[in-house]
Amino acid sequence: MAKRNVSGLRRSPLAAKIVIVAALLTVGGTYSAVTSALATQSSTAGYTQDQKDLGHKLFLANCASCHGKNAEGTANAPSLIGVGAASVDFQVSTGRMPGAASGPQLQVKPVQFTQAQIDAMAAYVSSLAPGPAVPDASATAPNGDVTKGGELFRINCAMCHNAAGAGGALTEGKYAPNLMHSSGKTIYEAMIVGPQNMPVFNDANITPAEKKDIITYLTYLQDHQSAGGNDLGNLGPVVEGLLIWLGALGLIVAITVWLGAKSN
Amino acid sequence: MSDNSKDLATVTSPYSDHEYPAGLANVSDDKVTDPGIEPHRVRMTDKSKKHEKAAVRQVAALFFLSMFGSAFALYAYFAFPIDANLDTVRNNTLFLGLGITLGLFGIGIGAVHWAKTLMPDAEVSEERHLTRGSEAKRAAAIEILALANQESGFTRRKLIRRSLYGALALFPLPGIIIFGDLGPNPANSLRHTFWANGTKSKPLRLTKDPDGALIKASDVTEGSVYHVIPEGLTEDNPRYLEEKSKAAVLLVRVDPKDLNEAADRKGWSYDGIVAYSKICTHVGCPVALYEQETHHLLCPCHQSTFDLNNGCKVIFGPATRPLPQLPITVDKDGYLIAQSDFHEPVGPSFWDRAAKTNSNGIEG
Amino acid sequence: MTTTAPSRQKNGFLAGTANYVDERVGVAGILKEFGRKIFPDHWSFMLGEVALYSFLVLLLSGTFLTFFFQPAMTMVHYDGVYAPLKGAQMSVAYASSLDITFQVRGGLLMRQVHHWAALLFVAAAGLHMLRVFFTGAFRKPRELNWVVGFVLFVLGMAAGFTGYSLPDDLLSGNGLRIIDGMIKGVPFIGPWISSLLFGGEFPGDNIVARLYSLHIMLIPALILVFLAVHLFMLVIHKHTHYSGPGRKDTNVVGYPLMPVYVAKAGGFFFIVFGVIMLVATFFTINPIWNYGGYDPSPVSAGTQPDWYIGFLDGLLRLAPTGLEVMVGDNTLSMNILWPMIIGIGFLLVVAIYPFIENWVTGDKREHHVLDRPRNAPTRTAIGAAGVTMYAVMWAAASTDLIATNFRMSLNQVLQTMQISLFVLPIAAFIITKRVALSLQRKDREIVLHGRESGRIVRLPHGEYIEVHEQLDEFDRYKLVDFKDYKPTLARPNAAGKITLGARIRSGLSKFYFEDRIAPVTQTELNEAIHHAHELHDEVQKAIEN
Repeated sequence: MAKRNVSGLRRSPLAAKIVIVAALLTVGGTYSAVTSALATQSSTAGYTQDQKDLGHKLFLANCASCHGKNAEGTANAPSLIGVGAASVDFQVSTGRMPGAASGPQLQVKPVQFTQAQIDAMAAYVSSLAPGPAVPDASATAPNGDVTKGGELFRINCAMCHNAAGAGGALTEGKYAPNLMHSSGKTIYEAMIVGPQNMPVFNDANITPAEKKDIITYLTYLQDHQSAGGNDLGNLGPVVEGLLIWLGALGLIVAITVWLGAKSN
Repeated sequence: MSDNSKDLATVTSPYSDHEYPAGLANVSDDKVTDPGIEPHRVRMTDKSKKHEKAAVRQVAALFFLSMFGSAFALYAYFAFPIDANLDTVRNNTLFLGLGITLGLFGIGIGAVHWAKTLMPDAEVSEERHLTRGSEAKRAAAIEILALANQESGFTRRKLIRRSLYGALALFPLPGIIIFGDLGPNPANSLRHTFWANGTKSKPLRLTKDPDGALIKASDVTEGSVYHVIPEGLTEDNPRYLEEKSKAAVLLVRVDPKDLNEAADRKGWSYDGIVAYSKICTHVGCPVALYEQETHHLLCPCHQSTFDLNNGCKVIFGPATRPLPQLPITVDKDGYLIAQSDFHEPVGPSFWDRAAKTNSNGIEG
Repeated sequence: MTTTAPSRQKNGFLAGTANYVDERVGVAGILKEFGRKIFPDHWSFMLGEVALYSFLVLLLSGTFLTFFFQPAMTMVHYDGVYAPLKGAQMSVAYASSLDITFQVRGGLLMRQVHHWAALLFVAAAGLHMLRVFFTGAFRKPRELNWVVGFVLFVLGMAAGFTGYSLPDDLLSGNGLRIIDGMIKGVPFIGPWISSLLFGGEFPGDNIVARLYSLHIMLIPALILVFLAVHLFMLVIHKHTHYSGPGRKDTNVVGYPLMPVYVAKAGGFFFIVFGVIMLVATFFTINPIWNYGGYDPSPVSAGTQPDWYIGFLDGLLRLAPTGLEVMVGDNTLSMNILWPMIIGIGFLLVVAIYPFIENWVTGDKREHHVLDRPRNAPTRTAIGAAGVTMYAVMWAAASTDLIATNFRMSLNQVLQTMQISLFVLPIAAFIITKRVALSLQRKDREIVLHGRESGRIVRLPHGEYIEVHEQLDEFDRYKLVDFKDYKPTLARPNAAGKITLGARIRSGLSKFYFEDRIAPVTQTELNEAIHHAHELHDEVQKAIEN
């Protein structure tokens, strides 16, 4: 967009100055919007009107066909009024939204928008009604209590996401995704938003400090390879059984064939 | 076996000392003749000195490789110590394991290679004897048995024999009963949970697992799920795990409009908040997976699925009974409390589960 | 003195030692008897050895682990090096397992060696059983040894399960919880048995120590005893061999124990140990640190038993909703009992199969020459059906993993498995039997007309034929040497009645032997060879022209 403007306005010497000022404003605005958005915990404030306008445009172009012109929801998709910036950021920044062909649940796909565009959409949606905000960078930093995080993770999360965060099955084709590549921000947003069939873990249930503990634990798992060698996807005894049959026993049978064959 | 005795082919045995029946098998007298063991194929190592020498060197090289592997394992034990860093454990495992593997493979492959290339490889035939003894041996054995029988009077002296049978039948019983104190009479233990400790004047409040924080009804927003244990059940309780095994509860709020409650359970929920036992009625895994859009609870062990909106009835999987519901309400401070214990035993079924009293006549 | 001293001087240390041992143990007689015993050589004869060697590895690595493991369920606060569990409350058993893992050099390696060896032990025993089954090696006189081997397989599962539960982590604790639930479902005595096993209410603080006693004393001792009986019978029977030239029921063809077999089998021990060590070096097994100590409230997605218990877990999942019934005031948990009945029933059929087949064939001969699976089509088909059924049961234990990894619906996967449990074994039976029969027909064809050489020759009268190459007599004999059975009719007994037993037996006999391909006879072979010679001459002429 900016580039096209540049070529259009090149003739006038004034134009160059306008362009520079505009560019600075955009960059600065985006920057301040991002930082202010991260600093926001539970209000819709902090987004600029420009962001909301850009967000509205993006919304109409990319989201309105399913979620309705005013985000009121249609038969195909839920209302976005009150879902909050965190929900938009979670769904769009993981590539789940815009949603692809229907299936049991939204899939992680390549991300379609820049972070600035996502922030703009978040700004628009959060302007409709208050909802959970995108968490502060300090809230999602992995510097909590790793032991407590592990305990909370096992009680609240492991039944769906597996004790090592490897993911697991839900009913009718739905599943809990693997968490080994999720950022602290995504994990935090998922807890406060409760996307699709995941329950919501509000701040009374799991306090912000405890959420940080959980992120700390998951980051620990992400940062540490298994001490015992390849972790086989942390999928448990079934994979181990397959490895012993197809790998170890297969290798041994190959050796027995060599052992039983006559030398020439 | 008399029914087909006519059909039984009796063949002259290849074994010299007796005949044996062939059963229902067809025994063909027009079998293709056996050409005997095929002639021995000479190996390169038998033919050429050069190949033989090469094989000797290969075997020795493998044994040297083994020595190197074992020595490396010794080195790795000291060179890769472990400390609080997990990567050191990984390296210790890796290099120690590699050394030992090499040590083992060197010996194993070397020995087999030795046998295959340098030891004689002409197949030998050895005669096999019938598993049963020769007629003479069997006769001698029977004679010994008969003599023993005669000398002891085992068959003859019925009183002794039968009383011995009786004694032998009874003597293991003390050895079995002595295990009786492995565990107490289960009595009513399966019928009560920690929630029964609440009274009318001091009901038990619902607290979060594991930290025991109290839960306000207003904290339980729609779509959220709380993993709950009774107030006062803490880690320092000597029966913490046993009590938690029965008392664990899932707490969920749904839209009261969606809640389809049985007439006699109308008062068991509070403003759409319901509490159900977390212990599966199949074999006791924690039914901890809550899908907030479908309001289904799924057990990750055997996939029993319960419908929270309809009294946690089973809609899929091997379980039969709904999860037991814990009657709850709020106290004057807005905290969630249990009205009473569960009204039925929680967890997997057992034989007299439905009985009001157990075999000792104690009220359940 | 005068007789032994010179020989010692003459032959050095080795002979001296041999002499010393012989004069005290009489080892010369043993060596003379067994030293040149013949063992047939075939890759499939080594699978039992794999199980045996895995067991030795289990004893070695297990002993190491006992020096560090503490089988107590007293609660402590973890104070080891694994950061995410520091300060967490856990049992001494779990804490000591973590210490073996993170604070003993080679401790994690030995834990992984032990666990992988356990999986291999049962897997190799299973594969060995399949070899024995499909080649008919369980026939007289080896029926009892089959049962001994079966007991060893079950003991292997028991040893595995008791060991799996020792670390007292979340995964194994939930495994025990499932066992507890199954036991409670047993009519009348369920709660009692559970209380006796756990020393009161689940989980109690006794179970780990009790399983430990079983795991390191009773079960290994029983395995050793049955292993001794198994090998003793092997020596008595001598090993079977495959059909082939010179291989008869009255001999055994192979290599002598010393030196060839000692070198091969001894070397093979090191190879099996090496493979276990290799797998343990590179692959994590049972990462207990991820699971945390046992707590009855949490559970991990993908909670599964080790593979050899998988078939029972799968059966539990396969039970359809609503099987539990009320009998008067009492609860009959058929959703638990049916899986137990089917699982144990399946194992029992495996255990008694040799006796069933023996009754049907009525064969009283000793069999030392093995069947090629195709030459016993019905048995092979039964085996294939059994393997398929077992595979479905095992696969059912991983419905959730199948669903997530192949993006399918958990519910549909399970429903498909429920149907497959009955349909696939039947399909496997039919397909296998057809394949076996056509392979037999092909063998017959090859024996009588030779192998297709791919060379086309035009005969003088214009006909094109493909030249067939005749097998040499040794290769040919492998294809014709098998036993032939024909179905029997039910005949009246001495009292003139056809008993029910006789009817069942003749029905089964028909089931087994109705479809059969008879082996080639010498007469047929002679004719074929004669014909081939004529054809050969004709072809030769055609080529020369």
